[in-house]
Amino acid sequence: MSYQVNEKGYYGDFGGAYIPEMLYPNVEELRSSYLDIINEPSFKEEFDQLLKDYVGRPSPLYYAKRLSEKYNTKVYLKREDLNHTGAHKVNNTIGQILVAKKLGKNRIIAETGAGQHGVATATVCALMGIECIVYMGEIDIKRQAPNVARMKMLGAEVRPAKSGSKTLKDATNEAIRDWINNPVDTHYIIGSAIGPHPYPDMVTRFQSIISEEIKWQLKEKEGREKPDYVVACIGGGSNAAGTYYHFLDEPSVGIIAVEAAGKGVNSGESAATSQLGKEGIIHGCKTLLMQTPDGQITEPYSISAGLDYPGVGPLHSHLYKTGRGEFYSVTDDDAMTAGLELSQLEGIIPAIETSHALAIFNDKKFKPDDIVVISLSGRGDKDLNTYIDYFKL
Amino acid sequence: MNRINKALEQNKKLLSIYFTAGYPSLHDTNKIIQDLEKSGVDMIEIGLPFSDPLADGPTIQESSTLALKNGMTTKLLFEQLADIRQSVNIPLIIMGYFNPMMQYGVEAFCAKCQEIGIDGLIIPDLPVAEYHEQYQETFEKYGLINVFLITPQTSEERIRFIDSVSNGFIYMVSSASVTGSTSGFGNTQEAYFERIANMNLKASQIVGFGISNNETFTQATKTAKGAIIGSAFIKYLTHNGVDSIEEFIKEIR
Repeated sequence: MSYQVNEKGYYGDFGGAYIPEMLYPNVEELRSSYLDIINEPSFKEEFDQLLKDYVGRPSPLYYAKRLSEKYNTKVYLKREDLNHTGAHKVNNTIGQILVAKKLGKNRIIAETGAGQHGVATATVCALMGIECIVYMGEIDIKRQAPNVARMKMLGAEVRPAKSGSKTLKDATNEAIRDWINNPVDTHYIIGSAIGPHPYPDMVTRFQSIISEEIKWQLKEKEGREKPDYVVACIGGGSNAAGTYYHFLDEPSVGIIAVEAAGKGVNSGESAATSQLGKEGIIHGCKTLLMQTPDGQITEPYSISAGLDYPGVGPLHSHLYKTGRGEFYSVTDDDAMTAGLELSQLEGIIPAIETSHALAIFNDKKFKPDDIVVISLSGRGDKDLNTYIDYFKL
Repeated sequence: MNRINKALEQNKKLLSIYFTAGYPSLHDTNKIIQDLEKSGVDMIEIGLPFSDPLADGPTIQESSTLALKNGMTTKLLFEQLADIRQSVNIPLIIMGYFNPMMQYGVEAFCAKCQEIGIDGLIIPDLPVAEYHEQYQETFEKYGLINVFLITPQTSEERIRFIDSVSNGFIYMVSSASVTGSTSGFGNTQEAYFERIANMNLKASQIVGFGISNNETFTQATKTAKGAIIGSAFIKYLTHNGVDSIEEFIKEIR
């Protein structure tokens, strides 16, 4: 069993490039060149340099002593929250802006839900002096005002997506339409491990720095490269893909994915795609997605704006279907409690997305000598208002 | 012979009209089809609405959102069309995105189309390679013509491949755009139309995107076999309802 993408762009039954012909030249240009570009020594050198000096990598692998004591196991936190811009998202936008430059593109578009990927894209566009347009659902623009302001301050134009449900999936549709209308000069920086091939693989490769570092950091701390478990939250699944990547073919490493159950998997207000989704096509990719029996894509719900995507990356659908990954779903309430707990046990305020991964201890009992690495994908500053409202702080 | 191929053999430029099933009102489908045939249209594309129509501009997207709100489903569309062949003989094509067809079951969908008398399908997000490898046999088993798109950016090699797997016509997208977004054709389009005409393809070409009136219809069909009007017709229905369809068609040619 392979967990790598095959030459046709599939992970098992999932993936591919289900795109209108109008997008074919753009996607094909990327598909035929992305591996050559990212394997060039000069590309690697620039990418590594920026990750080190600009993003602040390597991010620490931190042994969470008090959390470990509480759950009677050994917990390490991979501190992606300490990256520049406050989350793992920037690993991918650095990589893609360099690809865009190699392809001679002078205009960047992106979609964003909570605004984290939009901010990470606006940041690298400012860094490179490239025009940046971010599509964001009209409803999300109202909900995430500070991130909208950040993007504007960084020089990006934020365009409201007014169609459909006016959230992330519609922002993605609008970005795709922009790309159709601007096929020559524009690169589309997709923010998660979703979309038509080669995006899921390309994004995963850029995020795989997370598991690459975990290996040598764990070797230093524990004398072994492989943990017993890697745990990450999943919306589209880019931080998870990066956290799992170098362990996919290591059967001794358990892979744990945590989805957002919202108000409960069966409440009608949930984003637990593996539990509620069926195979279908969303944004150019065959994968599990939440939809009506008639095949209309539905609007998911989670308290965390970064997890309420109706689909999941094709790699993750494959991990779910083959049983390689263990999938859990965590409610809003359990996630919020876990976020507060981490704040008070370790002095780290996590993003609400990340809080879902931290709630794994309610559902899964680990052994005292298990080494459990959790991807601390983002910091909680952007979520302060939600925490304040929820806990009446 | 498939009705589409029969239409393509006629010695005239073909006018094809797209509308979204379930719009403006849920049960307008059959009246629109019948009136379009009466008005002298040559081919009809029935839009199966989808929640996330990536290749469409605001006009068709809004009509799709409203059609879904009105209650349109794949099953209901098939029910509405069950007896359509008793009243019309015009070629009928279903145009829709692939996900609703997958959920219905691709083979069941094709079988139902044949039972009703649907002649072809246009599925913008089903790529030609996937069709060729996984679905061509099924489509052909049920006598369905599958129509592929080409754009000004499509390479010659790819156009040749698309031509080789096409058994009806090629849908020639007039410019790099989503539906409903251009007004008028310039030199770039004319050069593109000519370039394609000079390729001497086996499949006829019908131009779509950006055709809204007599002028653009005439320009588009100078070299191509026909042209498709979608967004402009939807807009007409929005403003005038379904009782004066003939007026709209009269203006086109």
